[in-house]
Amino acid sequence: MLARRIIPCLDVRDGRVVKGVRFRDHEDVGDIVDLARRYAREGADELVFYDIAASARGRTVEPEWVSAVARELDIPFCVAGGIRSVDDARARLFAGADKISVNTPALEHPDIIDRLAAEFGSQCVVLGVDSRIIDGQWRVHQYTGDPDKTVIGHRRTLDWIAEGIDRGAGEVVLNCMDQDGVRDGYDIEQLQAARALCSTPLIASGGAGQKEHFKSVFDLAKVDGALAASVFHKGVIEIGQLKSWLGGEGIRVRP
Amino acid sequence: MTIGLIDTGCANLASVRFALERAQLDYRVIDTPAGMEGCQRFILPGVGAAGPAMQRLRAAGWDRALAADARPLLGICLGMQMLFERSAEGHVDCLGLIPGAIEKLPPPVEGVWPHMGWNALEALDQDEPLLAGIEAGEHVYFVHGFFAPPGPATMAICDYGRPVSALVRHGHVAGCQFHPERSGAAGARILANFAMSPR
Repeated sequence: MLARRIIPCLDVRDGRVVKGVRFRDHEDVGDIVDLARRYAREGADELVFYDIAASARGRTVEPEWVSAVARELDIPFCVAGGIRSVDDARARLFAGADKISVNTPALEHPDIIDRLAAEFGSQCVVLGVDSRIIDGQWRVHQYTGDPDKTVIGHRRTLDWIAEGIDRGAGEVVLNCMDQDGVRDGYDIEQLQAARALCSTPLIASGGAGQKEHFKSVFDLAKVDGALAASVFHKGVIEIGQLKSWLGGEGIRVRP
Repeated sequence: MTIGLIDTGCANLASVRFALERAQLDYRVIDTPAGMEGCQRFILPGVGAAGPAMQRLRAAGWDRALAADARPLLGICLGMQMLFERSAEGHVDCLGLIPGAIEKLPPPVEGVWPHMGWNALEALDQDEPLLAGIEAGEHVYFVHGFFAPPGPATMAICDYGRPVSALVRHGHVAGCQFHPERSGAAGARILANFAMSPR
């Protein structure tokens, strides 16, 4: 059966990897290709590159660094941020990305999911969902790259996930914003609810702080992969050690 | 030794090209059978759906050219599936270079569809040259919703609620259901094995 995936997420801005807390106060953590190479060597199963400013500023990611990463990596990777059209997606996929992830543009024009799935196949199309509790319900949050432009969407998170899969998304990354960057553990309850309706792979995002958090999200929420950023960037958790510990705890991982 | 990398126009070649470059293997992208001259072996990559991919292959004459050729051929993912006689994806006739048919992969209990992620190679054929240096339990990267049920051509399987052909061979024609170009060190070894294999 499939191994559970450990997925470092590299937030990219202006050609560098950055990381903030709760989507604010970004600090520089390194060069894109250097970090990609390091994580692949340490045993990452996949990487996600998220151009955090692209959606908010109306820019798109530059295929040049996508291609530079593809030349180096021998594991799959996904590019997210600012993909508004089939042409944007094609440029990234043909530069060597294995998947593209859509978030804000899909909220603005949901039929982009259908068009991307028809053109490239669902296996290339990831739906990124930023979710937080608003008025006692999990709701989708929009424009997360720039605090000045943050607006609150009204869709309910679980409804949106179901719609995205129905439209052809082949994987869902659920980023639980209330947990993002605070290293307090994944949002098990929300991920369990998403898992119950998610027929595609589901990736947990937001909240990883210690190795036990990975074990509980795999055990309790049955997610296919767990995404994290700051704990890897800052060396709090080393990927190889995390995976061998998870293996010892009975979680199936790629050695 | 030059590998002919078959470009059907609908498959994304970048990741395979980069993998060959990392391995320092000489290759040439060829989009018609006329380009086969001077190549010693061929890779047929594939991403997308079987119907359109077969249409493109036939339109360029690859079906006849590959049937008449005896040089080593490696199909990857959809490229492997198109080596079989037919596919349930779009109900199309394929290249017919390997006996058998491609079927829809039923999702396992509590499993997702498509089969996407890292899975372990099992039941390795000891004499398969592509698997030299590869041990049972090594993980490789899969992304597919249709599959080849195990048969005489199956040289390795993976388990996804049922046995799934992971690597197949019929004479000089071989195929990987997984993506060796995205399968870390194990995948790089398999590509290197293909470049050196006697058949």
